Amino acid sequence: MNDTGPLLAIDGVTKAYPGVVANDNVSFTIHPGKIHALLGENGAGKSTLVKMIYGLVRPDSGAMLMHGAPFAPASPSAARTAGVAMVFQHFSLFDALDVAENISLGMEHPPPRRTLAERIREVSEAYGLPLDPTRRVGDLSAGERQRIEIVRCLLQDPKLLIMDEPTSVLTPQEVEILFRTLRQLAAEGTSILYISHKLEEIRTLCDGATILRLGRVVAECIPAERSAGDLAEMMVGQTLKAPEHAGGSAGEVVLSVTGLSLDPTHAFGTRLRDVSFQVRAGEVLGIGGVAGNGQDELLAALSGETLAPIGAITVNGRDIGTSGPTARREIGVLTAPEERLGHAAAPDMSLTENAMLTGYQRKGLAKNGFLDWRRARSFAEEIIKTYDVRTPGPGKAARALSGGNLQKFVIGREILQEPLVLAVNQPTWGVDASAAAAIRQALLDLAGRGAAVVVISQDLDELMEISDRFSALNEGRLSPSRPTHDLSVEDIGLMLGGAHDMEVAHVSG
Amino acid sequence: MNLSAIDPVLLIASLMVAATPIILAAIGELVVEKSGVLNLGVEGMMITGAICGFGVAVESGSPVLGFALAAIGGAVLAMLFGLLTQVLLSNQVATGLALTLFGLGISALIGQSYRGISPPATTRLDMGPLSDLPVIGRILFSHDWMVYFALALVAVVWAFLKFTRGGLILRAVGENHEAAHALGYKVVRIRLMAIAFGGACAGLGGAYISLVRVPQWTDGMTAGAGWIALAIVVFASWRAGRVLLGAYLFGGITVLQLNLQAAGVPVPVEVLSMSPYLITIAVLVLMTSGRRGNSAPAMLGRLFHASS
Repeated sequence: MNDTGPLLAIDGVTKAYPGVVANDNVSFTIHPGKIHALLGENGAGKSTLVKMIYGLVRPDSGAMLMHGAPFAPASPSAARTAGVAMVFQHFSLFDALDVAENISLGMEHPPPRRTLAERIREVSEAYGLPLDPTRRVGDLSAGERQRIEIVRCLLQDPKLLIMDEPTSVLTPQEVEILFRTLRQLAAEGTSILYISHKLEEIRTLCDGATILRLGRVVAECIPAERSAGDLAEMMVGQTLKAPEHAGGSAGEVVLSVTGLSLDPTHAFGTRLRDVSFQVRAGEVLGIGGVAGNGQDELLAALSGETLAPIGAITVNGRDIGTSGPTARREIGVLTAPEERLGHAAAPDMSLTENAMLTGYQRKGLAKNGFLDWRRARSFAEEIIKTYDVRTPGPGKAARALSGGNLQKFVIGREILQEPLVLAVNQPTWGVDASAAAAIRQALLDLAGRGAAVVVISQDLDELMEISDRFSALNEGRLSPSRPTHDLSVEDIGLMLGGAHDMEVAHVSG
Repeated sequence: MNLSAIDPVLLIASLMVAATPIILAAIGELVVEKSGVLNLGVEGMMITGAICGFGVAVESGSPVLGFALAAIGGAVLAMLFGLLTQVLLSNQVATGLALTLFGLGISALIGQSYRGISPPATTRLDMGPLSDLPVIGRILFSHDWMVYFALALVAVVWAFLKFTRGGLILRAVGENHEAAHALGYKVVRIRLMAIAFGGACAGLGGAYISLVRVPQWTDGMTAGAGWIALAIVVFASWRAGRVLLGAYLFGGITVLQLNLQAAGVPVPVEVLSMSPYLITIAVLVLMTSGRRGNSAPAMLGRLFHASS
């Protein structure tokens, strides 16, 4: 490349929404052929910034320059014409349409279907991203779905490729292949803006990094020269404590699941196949896996939303598989599902009402069939106080809380009921680092008091940090568990099913 | 009982006429639902189209002008629904039901001075020698132009949804409006266009009832045709070809049961009258049952509000 000036220069961009300044005087530059990281917590302003570059949002003030010329895309289509392509974290594929149709929708001037299908095959082979243009997207795995987004971008020969949290749904092996593709692209002169909060990834992949906190640029650095700890401190603005194990030894087996097989309850669900595991008192079992491999179904089986055959699920030797959620709560089996709004909490009901919903038996919030709102309110207040939920009061609707605060409330609500068994799915998804640390500590403390804890998560670092044993869910099958302390990332990757069909393609490509 | 009085050729020919209003309303609603909007106001838009078309045709003496105004009348009422649901984000089910009640009321008001009048006749399409063919000519080539227009419209909608970029974008909006928005498509604008199209089609269907099928004006004369159109869209799994099939089935049984009533079949009239509704739905349910996963647009009836 003889062009040594920056490809894209962001100069003092500010964007405010009512009540919050999403970006405050943000500036940085990206040079051709470089991989630049945008690092920050949820709510740091990364998404807003990227939406401005992609033409979805317009800045209130400040300028963007591309190749030195003013760049102010009025719509995503203008941004695509200017050579900007984006791989979204979520929200951009259409399940009922096929691969070629999905790709065509993201292109400015799509060629006729037959030519497009050919070009999809060419590009996907050149970059080791195998794709069948005629497959329905709803039937594909998370990794395959991401390939669609990447191929869609590559077909337009972008000068700048924006990747928003691309690895959150991939296995470690898939991540490695993605990184190879990205380095190949950068070597060909494409600039990449890489958005993530995963520090190790940024350290291995990116040439430069801009760190955002609360809408402001707090640091610029070369990530390879910094430690992950430094980066985390810059990102969070405080030192984070790693959660501590209470160090209690595991007791008797409390929860035992034996040969559990269940049909999926909806069309795109996963069948659970012969799932068996045991959790002892005082122990945390981590269950990892890429999204859509049976996590929701397993949690539903544990909560009682789906009933299991007699003998498949027992607690302290007593069969609970055939009882519903209410009966299970009574004996102390509590759960917190992944979806906070609409599953773990009723969005438009107040925190007091939400506390009542799962707490009324174990906390004695009802008397003779009548609800005792005063006690429910004090229970909600107790949750808010104990778990540092930031909210004006228990009268607020669940919807009004930020993701992290609501998650602290939902998990705290179950923990304060002192369960025998607690199963949680994605306890820290979309939660900022300090809240996530608090939630993990609370789970460990609960295990320390003698509860059996099952943590289902896609965040492998999280599972390595808090679980005593690790199992992987892959296509509805659960691997035998292994102690976490002697597991490596490669081991886990293999337990998760490796890179599916991607490795082979890269060898030939 | 005299079954020999039923002429099968005439029966099939009149079936095509009986099915036309349903085809028009259903194909319009199909497009609306494909864009992710559930407009339950089909009945109201049909009856509004019926009185608009009837009034204009009587005043001007031109059925063509009547149909044109019926389409506009239906579309205007649909835009009221569009404004409420797409811009003001009201609930689609409640708004659609209200639209039906509103349409029935306003059409009765406008129609007060049109009771007992005959509209000008809609011309038959002259197909020359084709119309003179035995049997086939009577069945296929001796209808008014709206019958052929409705058939052509089904073909056009089918091809639009399947082969054009516009159709792909419409389906994409109905499948995942967040994603469509993120890719830069104007979700609300596209849906408003679909709603207007649906209203225009329903209006045409209504006018066909008041100008050709009956032809006169009585209050509430669409008599549930809009609801049947809605049901047919659902049970036809949102496919244009099956909508046609469902509408013909309904039209056919309607005509047949009228003939049976006339022939004095010893079955209660009430049972015969309800048979088209029952049989159409039963057949379409059987056709769609047993297959996993329905093909409903994923965003059907969901509100969209751009968050960025």
